[in-house]
Amino acid sequence: MSHSSPDILMDAARRDLDAVIKRDKPLTPKERLAIPCQEMPAQDPAVRRGNMQEVALGYSPEQARLESMRCLQCKNAPCVAGCPVGIDIPGFLKAAAEGDFQSAIEVIKRNSLLPAVCGRVCPQEVQCQEHCTVGKALKDVNRAVSIGRVERFVADLERERGAAQAPVIHPETGKKVAVIGSGPASITVAADVRREGHKVVIFEAFHKPGGVMVYGIPEFRLPKRIVQEEIDALTAMGVELHTNFVVGRTRRLKDLMEKDGFDAVFIGTGAGLPKFMGIEGENLVGVFSANEYLTRSNLMRAYDAARADTPIYRSRKVAVLGGGNVAMDAARTAVRLGAAEVYLVYRRTEVEMPARVEEIAHAKEEGVIFHYLENARRICGDDQGCVTSLECVRYELGEPDASGRRRPVEIKGSEFMMEVDTVIVAIGNDSNPLIPRTTDGLKITKWGNIIVDETGKTSLDRVFAGGDIVLGAATVILAMGEGRRAAASINAKLRE
Amino acid sequence: MNKVLAREQLSADVVMMRVEAPLIARERRPGQFIILQLNNEFGERIPLTIADADPVEGSITLIFQTVGLTTHKLADKRVGEFIESVLGPLGQPTHIEKFGTVVCVGGGIGVAPLHPIAKGMKEAGNKLIVIMGARTKELLVLEDQMRNLADELIICTDDGSVGRKCLVTEPLKEVCGRRPKPDLAVAIGPPIMMKFCAEATRPFAVPTVVSLNTIMIDGTGMCGGCRVTVGGHTKFVCVDGPEFDGHQVDFDNMMKRLRAYKPHEDKAHHQCHLESEIELKEKKQL
Ligand SMILES: Cc1cc2nc3c(=O)[nH]c(=O)nc-3n(C[C@H](O)[C@H](O)[C@H](O)COP(=O)(O)OP(=O)(O)OC[C@H]3O[C@@H](n4cnc5c(N)ncnc54)[C@H](O)[C@@H]3O)c2cc1C
Ligand SMILES: Cc1cc2nc3c(=O)[nH]c(=O)nc-3n(C[C@H](O)[C@H](O)[C@H](O)COP(=O)(O)OP(=O)(O)OC[C@H]3O[C@@H](n4cnc5c(N)ncnc54)[C@H](O)[C@@H]3O)c2cc1C
Ligand code: SF4
Ligand code: SF4
Ligand code: FES
Repeated sequence: MSHSSPDILMDAARRDLDAVIKRDKPLTPKERLAIPCQEMPAQDPAVRRGNMQEVALGYSPEQARLESMRCLQCKNAPCVAGCPVGIDIPGFLKAAAEGDFQSAIEVIKRNSLLPAVCGRVCPQEVQCQEHCTVGKALKDVNRAVSIGRVERFVADLERERGAAQAPVIHPETGKKVAVIGSGPASITVAADVRREGHKVVIFEAFHKPGGVMVYGIPEFRLPKRIVQEEIDALTAMGVELHTNFVVGRTRRLKDLMEKDGFDAVFIGTGAGLPKFMGIEGENLVGVFSANEYLTRSNLMRAYDAARADTPIYRSRKVAVLGGGNVAMDAARTAVRLGAAEVYLVYRRTEVEMPARVEEIAHAKEEGVIFHYLENARRICGDDQGCVTSLECVRYELGEPDASGRRRPVEIKGSEFMMEVDTVIVAIGNDSNPLIPRTTDGLKITKWGNIIVDETGKTSLDRVFAGGDIVLGAATVILAMGEGRRAAASINAKLRE
Repeated sequence: MNKVLAREQLSADVVMMRVEAPLIARERRPGQFIILQLNNEFGERIPLTIADADPVEGSITLIFQTVGLTTHKLADKRVGEFIESVLGPLGQPTHIEKFGTVVCVGGGIGVAPLHPIAKGMKEAGNKLIVIMGARTKELLVLEDQMRNLADELIICTDDGSVGRKCLVTEPLKEVCGRRPKPDLAVAIGPPIMMKFCAEATRPFAVPTVVSLNTIMIDGTGMCGGCRVTVGGHTKFVCVDGPEFDGHQVDFDNMMKRLRAYKPHEDKAHHQCHLESEIELKEKKQL
């Protein structure tokens, strides 16, 4: 993917749309397939390397309409099955193609509460767009209809125009629900439960709500103000928000129910426990979990060194270990913080990388250097205990494993040294054990995830859970979907 | 928002503050700490031990030394002003039971976190020996409180301005050499002091608890910034600690990690002093 200037992209879209509108006959499927894929206008890589502003600038209205016209309105709509919350994709694309963006967002909002977020961060190429007929016909998933980009466009438009309707709230029931955590799962539960007229109180450990969307995913991918507006919408609905409140410590879950009178609890505490590699040198100065690195930069605003009190390590050469979204975010943050060279070390090849395709492309454009089929073996330091280099070993791909991915196999004797001063470990997160540890009878798996039934209920009565704490590190839209399900169960339970 | 209810300067660079925090005051137990932030937009999150709590008033007491940017800004807070965020109580409470004889060693500001533990140990029926050390007389804090608790109190200063002229490790070794030897040692203070206290008790096989003061961010186990090596394993001080078996802690690694942001912080601290100097001059001119 090479970078094209936003002006060129938008001009082309204007011309193409004019040509389509002038016709009097509807478009044939063949003509739809011939409409060029609308590329996302983005900041110039050379410029954005030095700022934290959003990389993807969003479609123009003409681009949004053209992209929507690429949709063939398939009868069976295979894309819908790929969306974890089952958005009526052909429905909203039809409206958007006609330029009726308000109807488009209304269709989306029937299923999704966070379209501006999901349109930006959903791994569309393995969800809705994976099954798209257009992508199949053009033999490239990246040329499927860009469902997420149109979703983002109509959500942004509604927000910017201040057109979002405040939801109707049923009369107060006098019932009270505690929501623990304030990530996408919790935000969804809070909205759905509040709408039924129940009192909702969110308890968040951090000083700011939003979960991973504010502490993990960087500003250049998901501007904080978008998340904040979702939170503001909740408080406008009458949802109470208590920050700096860590359930299990400030108050135990059982006390919330038995002493503070909550009728039900939702646990949406995420997968916040960073995994380390367990290799030599991992506690040297200059080794960070991606969580720490990203939290310092995002939540604590350390990137804004002139104003923030929280420091962040200034690095020259950085190695990021991992291949998911978290690794991309850490690598791209390191670039923006001024590192001269940033390497991404991944055990398999690009094909197996779990990160979103767009993030990988953006990271490359920004100069991140990808090392495939390599893995860290040992971190070496100087007498001050600071990182000086990383010993790596090369891999080749062997037989497919249980997940169907070809298993990387170490090549004996292929060790080599990589000179770095910083190592960021981004190999995933486990679940935070605090609530299970302080709540008797709450059943968890051996990986620490809370066990729930098909309604989202845990082993405890009136206690529900969802999102990463149940699924393990997953996605925003899955967390939201889990929240929807749990909220429905909570509402049903409280109706009894 | 947490209101400052009382403020007292204990020594040149040590301040005691009582802060409104009813939920924390209700739940906290000895050994636990809070994380505070003066400003939610750009402030830093720093951990401080809960030196005492009053559940009736709904307040907690903090005792801190002004070492850098945030502690200096905190020291500037007056009664009636607010701290924007206080999170807690965090960490595992101290394991308190009747051990027999417990020797508590506090170095400098470490006496503050030591006080609630000493109190708990005493209340559990232990014989309590307290060793307090400071560089000089003026830096000794909570002397009266400790005197009231301890069955035996030993004070030492580096310059001999009060008590014995020695390091705390010297009386600690003597106490360990007594018969019967103490059943438990608790040492809290600068990392280097805790390291040598652990070395002092090791030959006597006196179990030794230390309370680690690593750099932290969230305090809930989310970032791993507070990690230390204990007995060859990585532990998170904020959730697994802050107290650990002193004989197992890799203090050298911990001390290096504490200096990770030194170049950055020295600059910020310098800046902060410049600003307070300017402020002071301006006040004088008024
Ligand atoms: C760096 C990074 C990049 C990512 N990129 C993407 C992406 O591009 N696309 C995508 O779909 N997904 C992405 N994800 C994953 C996605 O963010 C998560 O799946 C999603 O946020 C999970 O939502 P959640 O509601 O379960 O919890 P979280 O968002 O994790 O929120 C949990 C909240 O609970 C709070 N909490 C925890 N314990 C307690 C307690 N005891 N008391 C009170 N509060 C508590 C936490 O402070 C936190 O705010 C990314 C994740 C990371 C870390
Ligand atoms: C669990 C726990 C409990 C604590 N309890 C207390 C307490 O009761 N009273 C008290 O005065 N202090 C306590 N500390 C230490 C306190 O957190 C630090 O002094 C504080 O973070 C320094 O912040 P600053 O912005 O003022 O200084 P900074 O500008 O951040 O640092 C100034 C200097 O202090 C060093 N430093 C930074 N962080 C720490 C740290 N966590 N510990 C030791 N040195 C550090 C830096 O290397 C630097 O040289 C505790 C720490 C922990 C982890
Ligand atoms: S929510 Fe995500 S998966 Fe569903 S349609 Fe939107 S972008 Fe696709
Ligand atoms: S599969 Fe693709 S073309 Fe078919 S309805 Fe869905 S988005 Fe449109
Ligand atoms: S302070 Fe973040 S894990 Fe301990």
